[in-house]
Amino acid sequence: MLAAALGARPAGLGEALAAVDGLDDALGHGLAHLDQARAARLEPLAAACAGSPLAGRVADAVAGIVAGTVTDDHLTALAGARSALLGAAHDALLAEADAALGRAREPWSAATVPARPGHLPAAGRSWLRELALTGWRRAGAELVGSGGRTVQALIAEPAARRLAVLLEGFAAELRAAAPVAPAARIPARRWADLWARALLLGRGGLATAGTVDADGRLLLLGADLHEHPTVVHAQVHGLLESPGRGVRLVRTAVAAAKVDAVSGPSVWRRLAAFPVLRAALARHRAIEVSGLPLTPGGDLIWQESRAALGGPADPFVTARVRLAAAVAAAPPPLDRHPVAIAEPVLLEGYAAGQSTFDLGGAEIAVDLDRLPAAGPLTPALVAASTSCLGLLRWDAGCWAVQPLAVRAAAGRRPVTAHTGDWALGPTGARAAGAEAAAGTVVDVLRERAGRLLRQ
Amino acid sequence: MVTEDGVAYERRSAVPVIIPVRPRKLAEVPFVELAEGRLQGVVSSRSDPRRLYASSITARRHGLSCHTNNNRPCGSLGGGQPCKHIGALIDAAVARYGLARVAHHLEADLPEDGADLGSGLRPGTAPDRAAEVFSSFLRHLAHLDLPPSTEPLPELQWFPAAAAVR
Ligand SMILES: [Zn+2]
Repeated sequence: MLAAALGARPAGLGEALAAVDGLDDALGHGLAHLDQARAARLEPLAAACAGSPLAGRVADAVAGIVAGTVTDDHLTALAGARSALLGAAHDALLAEADAALGRAREPWSAATVPARPGHLPAAGRSWLRELALTGWRRAGAELVGSGGRTVQALIAEPAARRLAVLLEGFAAELRAAAPVAPAARIPARRWADLWARALLLGRGGLATAGTVDADGRLLLLGADLHEHPTVVHAQVHGLLESPGRGVRLVRTAVAAAKVDAVSGPSVWRRLAAFPVLRAALARHRAIEVSGLPLTPGGDLIWQESRAALGGPADPFVTARVRLAAAVAAAPPPLDRHPVAIAEPVLLEGYAAGQSTFDLGGAEIAVDLDRLPAAGPLTPALVAASTSCLGLLRWDAGCWAVQPLAVRAAAGRRPVTAHTGDWALGPTGARAAGAEAAAGTVVDVLRERAGRLLRQ
Repeated sequence: MVTEDGVAYERRSAVPVIIPVRPRKLAEVPFVELAEGRLQGVVSSRSDPRRLYASSITARRHGLSCHTNNNRPCGSLGGGQPCKHIGALIDAAVARYGLARVAHHLEADLPEDGADLGSGLRPGTAPDRAAEVFSSFLRHLAHLDLPPSTEPLPELQWFPAAAAVR
């Protein structure tokens, strides 16, 4: 059984996360402000890297922090060590999930692509450095705000988009939290994740691998929506049936910039450039693809011109009939982090509680924070559900299911709801009316901006 | 998942930090932000459709400033008394971020009797920030002109889409 199989904790996971926590708490207080006890909690990170190629650099970095002489190279070594540990945690957890799901996964075999130069200007590097030295707890409005100006310079540069999207989300959270009250709780793991990621991405350390062109039929499983104040991202999980290649688990994604006033169902309007993908999601249709670039990590690089709407395809049927035999790709080594685990899974025959599914003796948590306002899924529907198509995720020490679609017995008639059902606009008069009102946000903003520009 | 007494909040990578935006009407206050130690935003004039005001309140000292897009000081902001633009800005910020977060950012004492935030401020005057506010608004709107993208963005695994405000 899935939940029972996921109950075991991989060997060494606790120690790896404890080493990460030591650094995360140090970053909260500021590397320039560490007392002896906090500095000592950096030792496990260095110890964990002993015997690896990072050993010398991480030991130097810890010594540099204790001595109060922190260089950019020290920070990069710390971020690298932290990413390596979390990457190992990811691998152990994913292996456990694969075993529990009976999922076959191809080994990583892509050639290493030379790292591209980083795009983070000196001002951005010094911002990340100041943040680490100062600590999230001490970072005032001025330091936090200066990050926003750094990001502005990156937004218009297409090659730096990925870094800009990350930094905008990170800076927005720091701004929202500043000033941090002394007793306030801070998301230490999360902010250290984002900081380390930005540092490595900014140094060009996260290269992308080459692609091959893929043909065949893409059967959608569901849409996982992501957003922060200035971006919306729809990542679609599906199965790619290719002649002679069997069935592969893949993802494809589209993203658009937005402003924070654009939220809820109207975020789909920002993705208007992708009518084929949106229609396939909203109408539960397959997609015929030809020559769509596929990365070794299983990401199809979406292109509307290489995709055509196919016949009807119910995601529940797709999952029931084909998911078990589909082969998954290995995630790119540098993207391995427990937060990246998102394995499609079909759950049936459970007893739904308010935030758990009882799978016959063992329970799995349901992540109700991940029911986006841009779709029709609600906690009530999940609690009334009898089938769930979702993503298996791991965070803060436990496994959980993120629903992408549920079948529920609401009243006499069964109801089915998918996160992508509103990709072409909400169904149902009430939600559609609210979206129509909210959808004018962009027009209002442009008109007001026009008053300034006409001056 | 997030328990207030446990450690999950500190050790959760995908924990929601920014509370979901509540939909609000934008016609009167098209832009509001908590930034750089200020609450600031753009407020439409009710009488002149061509006019916009840049209004701001500084944290701690609660200095007020309000200027038009013609670079004129707001006529009804005098002697530290908030003008109606400042009032509209506060209302929009509370609708957008919630009262607690706005009060925290401004380091204002929340009135205990449930009165609005404005009565908890002890305002003075502050330097003109209109140019910064208007350009921040335009920079923010520049996002609407960026082309969409299809390259993998693995960092967005940290940013689940906001749940509905329930
Ligand atoms: Zn005024």
